[in-house]
Amino acid sequence: MSNTQGTTGLIGWIDERFPLTKSIREHLTEYYAPKNFNFWYFFGSLALLVLVNQILTGIWLTMNYKPSASEAFASVEYIMRDVNWGWLIRYMHSTGASAFFIMVYLHMYRALIYGSHKKPRELLWIFGVVIFLCLMAEAFMGYLLPWGQMSYWGAQVIINLFSALPVIGQDLSVWIRGDYVISDATLNRFFSLHVIALPLVLIGLVFVHILALHEVGSNNPDGLEIKKLRDNKGIPLDGIPFHPYYTVKDLFGVVVFLLFFAVVVFFTPEMGGYFLEHPNFDPADSLKTPLHIAPVWYFTPFYAMLRAVPSFAGTQVWGVLVMAAAIFILFFLPWLDRSSVRSIRYRGWSFKLILTAFLVSFLILGYLGALPTTPARTTMAQFCTIIYFAFFFLLPVLPVFEKTKSVPERVTWK
Amino acid sequence: MKKKILALVLLILTSLSSTAEGEEGYVLQKAPIDLYNKASLQKGAKLFVNYCMGCHSLEHQRYNRMARDIGLTDAQVKENLIFTDAKVGELMRNSMPKSDAKRWFGVAPPDLSLIARARGVDYLYTYLQTFYLDPTRPFGVNNAVFPNVGMPHAIWELQGWQKPVYESGSSKSGGDNKVISGFELVEPGQMSTPEFKEAIADLVNFLAYVGEPIQLERQRIGVWVVLFLFLASVVFYLLKKEYWKDIH
Amino acid sequence: MSTVDDIDLGRRRFLTATATVVGGVGVVFVAVPFLKSWSPSERAQAAGAPVEADISKLEDGAMITVEWRGKPVWLLKRSKKMLEDLSTFKNELLDPNSNATSQQPNYAQNATRSIKPDILVLVGICTHLGCSPAFRPESAPADLGLSWKGGFFCPCHGSRFDLAGRVYKGVPAPSNLEVPPHRYLSDTRVLIGTGPEAV
Repeated sequence: MSNTQGTTGLIGWIDERFPLTKSIREHLTEYYAPKNFNFWYFFGSLALLVLVNQILTGIWLTMNYKPSASEAFASVEYIMRDVNWGWLIRYMHSTGASAFFIMVYLHMYRALIYGSHKKPRELLWIFGVVIFLCLMAEAFMGYLLPWGQMSYWGAQVIINLFSALPVIGQDLSVWIRGDYVISDATLNRFFSLHVIALPLVLIGLVFVHILALHEVGSNNPDGLEIKKLRDNKGIPLDGIPFHPYYTVKDLFGVVVFLLFFAVVVFFTPEMGGYFLEHPNFDPADSLKTPLHIAPVWYFTPFYAMLRAVPSFAGTQVWGVLVMAAAIFILFFLPWLDRSSVRSIRYRGWSFKLILTAFLVSFLILGYLGALPTTPARTTMAQFCTIIYFAFFFLLPVLPVFEKTKSVPERVTWK
Repeated sequence: MKKKILALVLLILTSLSSTAEGEEGYVLQKAPIDLYNKASLQKGAKLFVNYCMGCHSLEHQRYNRMARDIGLTDAQVKENLIFTDAKVGELMRNSMPKSDAKRWFGVAPPDLSLIARARGVDYLYTYLQTFYLDPTRPFGVNNAVFPNVGMPHAIWELQGWQKPVYESGSSKSGGDNKVISGFELVEPGQMSTPEFKEAIADLVNFLAYVGEPIQLERQRIGVWVVLFLFLASVVFYLLKKEYWKDIH
Repeated sequence: MSTVDDIDLGRRRFLTATATVVGGVGVVFVAVPFLKSWSPSERAQAAGAPVEADISKLEDGAMITVEWRGKPVWLLKRSKKMLEDLSTFKNELLDPNSNATSQQPNYAQNATRSIKPDILVLVGICTHLGCSPAFRPESAPADLGLSWKGGFFCPCHGSRFDLAGRVYKGVPAPSNLEVPPHRYLSDTRVLIGTGPEAV
C-alpha cells in the first residue's frame, strides 16, 4: 500500500493505515472557509464546546447522582455540599444547559439572516433542526433529574400534553411515565435516556451536521458561493484555510465565551431564577403543585403558544398541534424561502420587516411563557403566535414584490 | 406596519403593568444579608438550633461544615449547638419523627436547608416578623406573607404578640378584604422590636448561608477565574490578530 | 493582504507559544476540580471519623471487632500465656521485630505491637489480598498443625499470623497485619483513628 500523503515516520506509518493527515487536510488545513465570517459565525463552534462541557460534567455528575425518587433530590445536594468541587461541576452543567440553547438559538438565527438553509444546504439545515429537537428532549428529560418541584410538575404538565391526543392519548402518557403519575419509574427511564440514549444521538447528529457542512462548504454573510471563483490551483479566491485562521479566531471566541460563562457560574448560577428556578429547591411533592409553573426559559416561547390556543370542539389537542407545528415548520424553511438572494444584506425591506416581526414575536412569546396567564397576555400570545407563523407563510410569496439589491461578485468586509 | 409595532409595544406595556397589579399582598422587607459577618451567622445558628430545630431539620448540612464556615470549632459546636447524640460530622437532622409531626401539624414541618433559595431571604425575613394574633386559626396566629399558615409562632417568647393594623379603604382588586399595613405590639416579649429585628436578620443570614455553604468561596474563586480568562482573552486576541494580518 | 515577507515569524511563534502555555494552564485548572472530586467526600470523611471502642467487658483471650472506615478492627485482650508465647517462635516469623514501619505507628513498634501489652489493636485485613483472617486462639488444632500457638489464619490463601499480627515465613502475605492509629481515652475506652500524638 502506498502512502499518498507523502508523510514519513510515525505519521507516515499511521497514514498508511488511517486517514489522519488526509482528514486534517480535508477538514482543517485545506478546508477553505469564506474569509468574511463575522460575529455570528462563532456560535457553531461554541455550541460544540458547550456539548463537550455537558458531556464531561454530565459524566462526573452521574458518579454521585442517584436516579431514584427517594434519593435524587438529596443526592444533588450531596453533590452541591459534600463532594469536592461538586458544586462547580453541577453549576457548569446547569449553566451549560442554558448556554447550549443560547448558542443554538443564535446559530439558527444566523442561518436565517444569511440564508444558510438555502440550496444546497437544505440537508445541513435539516440535520440542525433535528439536533435542536433532540436537544429539547435532552433538556426536558435532564430537568426532571434534580427531582425538585419544578422538575416534577413541569414533567407532569408536558407529559400530560400527550393525553390530549385523540384515542391513544391517555394510554400514551401512562406509557411514557410508566405509572399513573410521574414516579420513580419515570425518573429512572428519563435518567437513562438523558445520560446515554440522547447524548449518543446528539453526538452522531453533530457529526453528520459537520460532515454535511464540509461537503457543501460554509455560507457567509454575503450569501455568496465562494467555490464559484477559484485561482489556478483550484483554491477559492475568497476562501482561507480553516486552520490556522479560523482556529485562532474561534479560540478567541471560546475564551470570551468562557469569560461570560464563568461570570454566571461563579457569581450568579441561578441567573435570577431563570437558569435554576427557585421552586426547584423544594423537593418534588406529588400532593402540592407550586402556585406558578413555568418551564425553563428556553422552552417558554413554545409553551406560550401552547397556552395561547384555546380548547376547541372539546379537546385541547389544538394547542399541542400548534406548538408541534411551530417547531416542525422549521424543517420546511429551505423550501418556503424562495428568494434568489441568500443574505439579508441584499434582500428587500419586506424581508427585513417580517424577520424583525418574527424575532420580536418570538422574544415576546418567550417572555409571556414565563409568566402566569391573564386575558391580556393570552391575547398578546395569540397575536405573537400568528406573527410567528405568518413569517413562514409570507416567505414563499415575498419574491413577488420584494426588491432585492444586486449581489457583488466577491465577498465584502462589513 | 409601524402602527402595528407600536400597538405591540403598547400591549407589552399593558401586560407588564398588569403584573404589578397581579401580585398583591404584604410588601416584603429587604433582608440585610452579610455572609462575611461571622458573629451574625453564629447568633443565627444559635437561634436556629434553639427555636427552629425542634421541628425543622437541616438535613443536607453537616455540623462540622457549619462550624468551619461560620468560625466555630467542632468542640464549641458539640457543646453549644448539638442537643442530640449526633456526632459533629453528621447531618443536622432533628429527632421529631415525620409521622408524629404530620399528626401534630397536619403537614410535616419542611426541611429548611434550601428554604432561603426556594423562597428568597426577603420573604423569610418578613415572614418571621409578621406573625399576628388571629383567634380563628388553630394555633391562634396567622401570618401576613403566608396567609393561613400552619405553623405556630415559635419565637413569640422573643417577639411577644402583635395585632395587625389594617389599611382603611378597599383593596386594589375592589373586594372588601382588609389589607394589613402594619402591626401593633399588644404583649412585649424578651426582646425589644429593634433587637428582635436584628435577631431575625441573624437567623435569615444563617439560613442564607445554609442554602449554599459554598457561596462565598465560589465568588472568591470566581474572581481569579475571571481574571485568568481576561488575561487569556488578551493573549488569544493578539494571536488572532497576528495570524489575520495575512488576510486583511 | 500582506505578503509572506511581511510576516513577523518571531512574534507569531512567541504568541503561539504564549497562547499554548496559557491554554495549557487553563486546561490544568479545569482538570483539578474533576480529579479532586474523586477523593473522599465530606460524607465519606465523616463516616471515616475515629470510632470509640469500649473494652471494659473484654475478658482474657477474647476479641471484639469494631468497624472503622468500613474495615474490621480487632481488639484482642491477650492472656499472660499468650504474651509469654510471643517471644518463643521468633525465627519462624518474617518480621519478628516489626521493622516495616508502615505496618504500625511508632508507639506500637515493640515486642507486643501494642500500647498496653495485653491489648492488641489490629486492622483485620490480610496484607496479601485483603481477605479478613479468622481468629484461631487455640493451640495446635488438627487443621493448623502441632506448632500453631494461636493466631490468625487467612482462609483465602492460607496466610498465618501470630497473636501480635506478625506474619509467618513461607506464606503468601508479605508483611505483618496493620496496627491502626489509636489511643486510650481512659482505661476502658479506645479511640481508633487517631494516635496519642494527635492530642
